[in-house]
Amino acid sequence: MTTYYSEEHEWITIDGETGTVGITDYAQKALGDIVFVEVPEIGADFAKGDEIAVVESVKAASEIYAPVGGTVTAVNEALEEDPAMVNSHAESDGWFYKVKIADAGEVSNLMDADGYKEFIAGLE
Amino acid sequence: MTQHIFTTHSGNRGLDQQELLIYEIGDVNSCGVDLEEVGEFADRLGGITRDNEIGLAGLSEPEAMRHYTRLSRKNYAIDMGLYPLGSCTMKHNPRLNEKLVRLPGLGDIHPLQPISTVQGALELMDSLAHWLKILTGMPAVALSPKAGAHGELCGLMTIRAALDKRGEDRSIILAPESAHGTNPASAALCGYRVKAIPATADGRVDLAAMKEAIGPDVAAVMVTNPNTCGLFERDIIEIAEAIHGAGGYFYCDGANFNAIVGKVRPGDLGVDAMHINLHKTFSTPHGGGGPGAGPVVLSDALAPFAPVPYIIHGDDGFELVEHVDGSDSFGRMTAFHGQMGMTIRALGFMMSHGADGLARVAEDSVLNANYIMASLEDVMTASFDGPCMHECLFDDRFLAGTGVTTLDFSKAMIDEGYHPMTMYFPLVVHGAMLIEPTESESKQSLDRFIGSLRHLVAEAKAGNSALFSDAPYLAPLKRLDETMAARKPVLRWRKAEQGKS
Amino acid sequence: MRYLPHGQSDRREMLAVVGVDNIDDLFRDVPSSALLKTPPDLPDHMTEMAVERRFADFANKNISAGSGPFFCGAGAYHHHVPASVDHLIQRGEFLTAYTPYQPEISQGTLQTLFEFQTQVAQITGMEVANASMYDGSTACGEAVLMACRATRRKKTILSGSLHPQYRDVVATMTRYSGNSLRDNPVGMYRVDDLINQIDDETACVVVQNPDFFGNLQDFTRLAEVAHAKKALLIVVVTEIISLGAVRSPGSMGADIVVGEGQSLGNGLCFGGPYVGLLATRQKFVRTIPGRLCGQTVDAEGRRGYVLTLSTREQHIRREKATSNICTNAGLCALAFSIHLTLLGEKGLRHLARLNHAKAVRLADRLDAIEGVEVINDSFFNEFTVSLPIDAAEAVERLAVQGILAGVPLSRLYPGDAALENHLLIAVTETVTEEDMDCLVTALKEVVK
Repeated sequence: MTTYYSEEHEWITIDGETGTVGITDYAQKALGDIVFVEVPEIGADFAKGDEIAVVESVKAASEIYAPVGGTVTAVNEALEEDPAMVNSHAESDGWFYKVKIADAGEVSNLMDADGYKEFIAGLE
Repeated sequence: MTQHIFTTHSGNRGLDQQELLIYEIGDVNSCGVDLEEVGEFADRLGGITRDNEIGLAGLSEPEAMRHYTRLSRKNYAIDMGLYPLGSCTMKHNPRLNEKLVRLPGLGDIHPLQPISTVQGALELMDSLAHWLKILTGMPAVALSPKAGAHGELCGLMTIRAALDKRGEDRSIILAPESAHGTNPASAALCGYRVKAIPATADGRVDLAAMKEAIGPDVAAVMVTNPNTCGLFERDIIEIAEAIHGAGGYFYCDGANFNAIVGKVRPGDLGVDAMHINLHKTFSTPHGGGGPGAGPVVLSDALAPFAPVPYIIHGDDGFELVEHVDGSDSFGRMTAFHGQMGMTIRALGFMMSHGADGLARVAEDSVLNANYIMASLEDVMTASFDGPCMHECLFDDRFLAGTGVTTLDFSKAMIDEGYHPMTMYFPLVVHGAMLIEPTESESKQSLDRFIGSLRHLVAEAKAGNSALFSDAPYLAPLKRLDETMAARKPVLRWRKAEQGKS
Repeated sequence: MRYLPHGQSDRREMLAVVGVDNIDDLFRDVPSSALLKTPPDLPDHMTEMAVERRFADFANKNISAGSGPFFCGAGAYHHHVPASVDHLIQRGEFLTAYTPYQPEISQGTLQTLFEFQTQVAQITGMEVANASMYDGSTACGEAVLMACRATRRKKTILSGSLHPQYRDVVATMTRYSGNSLRDNPVGMYRVDDLINQIDDETACVVVQNPDFFGNLQDFTRLAEVAHAKKALLIVVVTEIISLGAVRSPGSMGADIVVGEGQSLGNGLCFGGPYVGLLATRQKFVRTIPGRLCGQTVDAEGRRGYVLTLSTREQHIRREKATSNICTNAGLCALAFSIHLTLLGEKGLRHLARLNHAKAVRLADRLDAIEGVEVINDSFFNEFTVSLPIDAAEAVERLAVQGILAGVPLSRLYPGDAALENHLLIAVTETVTEEDMDCLVTALKEVVK
């Protein structure tokens, strides 16, 4: 299993054909207290870069863009009850959805952990 | 900080009284209304008679009076003090207008009575239309929109109908990045995409960028003037000429008309459509969030596409056109004829002021805002050079290094006895504080307000951050947990939750 | 001028502080060609007494509902509003407050909104309600857009007995949204016909109860069929008092209930301002348009209320907002809520029964007139009669006698020959036995 990162601060952990997607710890800090996550519907097909989810804090709503294209196979229903999990465990239990990846080649445009660390260092 | 030296048995603190919900005071058996008795009869309800308890709580009249009176005292209001909410125009609400709207011949007439029995109502609406047309220099007005955003939708629907008639399918509305959120939301409802135009360093629309963006695909430009930074758009006529040259229309958001009423006519600036918030410029009460009214003045080019109903002068008096009937009208915005209650109040306000008084409204509102700006700019950071119009914009640079945010500063104003200014809007400056005093404030009132703000600035700069971090200390409640409210929305009372309070 | 505090000396001093010589220096950003040199061509200011006289002139040219026998309805109803309601909403703390964006100093408005939302949810039989919309018709348009968002479908079926102006407002609000409307012939109120129109692309079906002609129906089966096709049922209620006597839309399976709340607390006022109601199920809460008030606690743990879920709204979501609405009908909602609190469960039920009893009585008396026929099988406080003559003409002739006999259907359906002789008659608690005598006697003459 390898984890990759996008410039929009999503992470995706690849396990065979399936990816698990969430937002990074850096992103959750920037958003503040998260009050709601709108996850996609299971079975939805979408392309890389499509708007796939929405994260809401009290005063802001941020769109989440799909880091890779594919079909949604599962969503994290626990977030409905406890959206704060994205604040406390952004890169583990706070995952958003799982995707059956359509084109494995799209992963190559993403950053690895070191690359992302460098990327956010450059933002500060 | 003020400490409460003891807690009371009741939870009240003198005049600051706790008040339970109606469901915790009354019950399904209490009632504050006497009604005539009903004998037995065979109902005609078609077999769907209600068979369950609704659960409504009733209160006797004295209990109800007390409940609502106690609650009212937890509100800030114009009647209590200066209400400096920028872009909201919180001015005095004359009580004469409340009296007028309650005249039986105005407040107690039905929208679908025979036209012959409501000639005075139509004459009144026609009079308001006349005043609005003269004040704006525009030939027509649609009276039915029920609020500013409803007026925006009406104006854009009118524009779209005119373009449809020309067989043109344009898809873009250009609006400055400082535009109010209703502008893009209204445009979206009308099927348009909004493209944001950047601002210049002096807080105005970048004319060059606007001209660059104007093209055959642009249906309209949507510009607020005076703009949301409280500044008059100097290039407004050039913007109008540019959009007209490209075959599009000029929508003006009239939210800030108070600054120029009686002084400048939007018709002279090339405007094609503009909504007027009667609850701002013409002082119909805000009522804790509505009702408002948003009539839309229209140019000759757009007038034929105005919504129904509208009034015409017939042989036997006023007539009301309620159906499209093959005309170019785009249709209907609302059931019935719009916000008559607001029409009455606004016309009362206009007639009381007259042409001379309305110009003075604009002048005094602009003078008051500039006076505040001039009296505070040595200690706070004004975002742009003046003169401003009816509101002045500060940002949070003056708080740099103090640890105090715009939010903290605003909450500390509550302890000083003021409603905070508009904060964090417009989005084009950091930590915005938009102050609109309106013409209703005397010099003495402004001086006291300025004194409070100067005091707070001095305290912030002196490092007294405790005065701000948990403010307000002296309001009925301290800061509320909005995160909790949004994570687990509790939007109604339920029996099961009674014990939790 | 009574509303402007400054004297000339104040203005001079303030101009000096600002550092300009005269007021027009502050308008120097206005293109000089556009700055008016003389005041607009309108009368100068007037005394309070003069304004009152002018408005009395306007008022005296109208016939008010309370001045004689009165039977107009069609979405706006003449009810008695207790004096205390009007007194309380004129308290400056309610009347002259802004939207409660600063909750620490707005708990009065916020708690009353929370109570209002609870009352609306209760009477409609739904789980949640918003803090009100402009009016019933725009709430109806918003409900259709909401149903399309919630189902991600685009087809709406409108009952032929929906208030025709509501229908027109829905058409306006959905025109450019990519949604399609399916209208039905006017007057059709067979649930089976609507059921057959529902398919897998249907977002919602919109029905009204009591419908525009006054009829009552059970929509349980319609709701079941809609739900089987994953479509939503929207029920419109324009006479909210009816919910004190008839089963709630929620108990029939409605997904969204919209209503006109004018009947409670709000006068007729020639059509506005009124108060739109919108209630729905908890699961749709994030697709609701308009303001919502929610319960929370303050920093010391005390119960309090805030506006919440505002990320749905235009000031945050801009073009992606659930609606462009930026206000509610705050003061009208307060009037509604106070009136309903005074009534309570007992009062609302009594009031509803009283309205229905009077309507039944008048319907029977009118039905007995030769040539006059009540066409409803069922009704609450409003029904349709057919006359042997043109209804608009009958209304005009009765108006001359000071009787406002109702709304002729031709006012709303001009050119529909089948409806020309039909008159919609509303009977509320304000109608006395003498009022009924007047109408019956006069109508007998008119239809002779």
